[in-house]
Amino acid sequence: MIPTNVSLMRRILVAFIRNEVRKVGLERVVVGLSGGVDSSLSAMLAAEALGPDQVLGIMMPYRTSSAESLEHARLVVEKSGIRSATIEITAQIDAYFEVFPDADPKRRGNKMARERMTILYDHSARWDALVAGTSNKTELLLGYGTLHGDMASALNPLGDLYKTQVWALGEAVGVPEVVIDKKPSADLWEGQTDEAELGFSYREVDELLYLMVDQRYGRTELIAAGFTADFVDDIARRIMTSQFKRRLPVIAKVSHRTIDRDFRYSRDWGK
Amino acid sequence: MAQINPKLGDVAANMALYEAGVRDAASQDVDLVIFPELSLTGYFLRDMVPDVAVRLASPEMERLKALSREVSLVAGLVLESEDHRFYNAAVYFEGGEVRHIHRKVYLPTYGMFDEQRYFARGGRLRAFDTRHGRLVILICEDLWHPSTVYLAALDGALTILCPSSSPLRGVTDGAEQDDNARYWELITRSYAETFGMFIVHSNRVGFEDGVGFWGGSGILDPFGHTVCKAGYYDEAFVAGEVSHEAARRKRTRAPLMRDEDVDLTIRELERIRRE
Repeated sequence: MIPTNVSLMRRILVAFIRNEVRKVGLERVVVGLSGGVDSSLSAMLAAEALGPDQVLGIMMPYRTSSAESLEHARLVVEKSGIRSATIEITAQIDAYFEVFPDADPKRRGNKMARERMTILYDHSARWDALVAGTSNKTELLLGYGTLHGDMASALNPLGDLYKTQVWALGEAVGVPEVVIDKKPSADLWEGQTDEAELGFSYREVDELLYLMVDQRYGRTELIAAGFTADFVDDIARRIMTSQFKRRLPVIAKVSHRTIDRDFRYSRDWGK
Repeated sequence: MAQINPKLGDVAANMALYEAGVRDAASQDVDLVIFPELSLTGYFLRDMVPDVAVRLASPEMERLKALSREVSLVAGLVLESEDHRFYNAAVYFEGGEVRHIHRKVYLPTYGMFDEQRYFARGGRLRAFDTRHGRLVILICEDLWHPSTVYLAALDGALTILCPSSSPLRGVTDGAEQDDNARYWELITRSYAETFGMFIVHSNRVGFEDGVGFWGGSGILDPFGHTVCKAGYYDEAFVAGEVSHEAARRKRTRAPLMRDEDVDLTIRELERIRRE
């Protein structure tokens, strides 16, 4: 069973945001609000850590985005008291795909995620803030996110929390019930849900990932624990093939000291 | 115990924290202040190790000696030898002098740790005499090896000073703290009671690259009772009394160290090594 010790997780994550933001000499974060539980939780934890005035939630709908998503994001803004802005991305996305009208939904979705990323980073510069991430551990392990899109951030309070833990913590910090209860969706097309696209439920895969990754169960042990061999193999393959999304680009080694191979410094160097 | 949040790689800024800690100690009539492991430099130093290292003749050592004229102190720093080995060291300063140097003997190099990549391993573990009795310093992981505590007890120490940079990790349902804090509290209490010693644990707080340090510094007496205890995650300065009377009472009630058969241990250890 995945632990959901919400009071401890909350304490750690609030301290993390406060520490990591202030040590670079800043007081603020910006976060993209999708109306889903991950970004709602990230924004509400940041509000608790830094004060709601120091958090800017940006809603970035495309013309086909569901009205419900925007409505839910607004609920979170109201409830948490954070600052907010709505910036439509329709014009720039449509201008680009006029040139490539045959692009499939995946290309379109990735492009939108990256467009939103550029807006968040621009606003972080405009407002002397850091971009707070919203990718949870389940998505990161499965590679279910857009590289340099929604996966991009300066600090990510949710990156070591499975979706199951995000739901539990979301409830504890007061993410609106309707946001927690709805089916997770990347909202790339009408009626899309993550679980239908992935082919399994988050709760189901979280139990497997927790044993496989956190507890380092081997294949035989996982099957003995009740998971089918196909499911175990499929998830193991997904983790392996998405490893590139969790790393910096590969650099060809030429010198004696290559960045991130034998030139090793913490990110908080001097902080 | 000065439960501080050092800046990674900024010795000057951390020296200012040391000065403040010594001032706090002096104002509260504290005799000895223990700073956490590598708290003069920060913990996840990686390639910064040679840049923040001090030598016995460095000006930082002179500054720490000067501070110890007022209050005895344990500093956590990177110590460079004449032949350019870098040690994760804790230095005991008293009366304006270096009284003892402990170089960490167990450098964790697994999971999230990579100490043996950057540091040379210490090769000695000695008790030493001070104004405050006979002490042993064990740095963080050193204390996880029961052999070090056993040696400290046999070497006549009544108090173990343990500076650490212990990262929080592992969330369990029903637990108030992370799994690592729970384990530390379990072993320090067991050691204190088993060996009839005081354990003085000084742990840091703050975050480095997302890794938090849990704090919770404190003193356990030879009965395993808490003498004093700092909070978790936040900076603190906490002090308590280490009373030799308590050690005397405990060791009178249960004279386990008196009865310890060192020859038996040595014979069996030699056999184990031979085999």
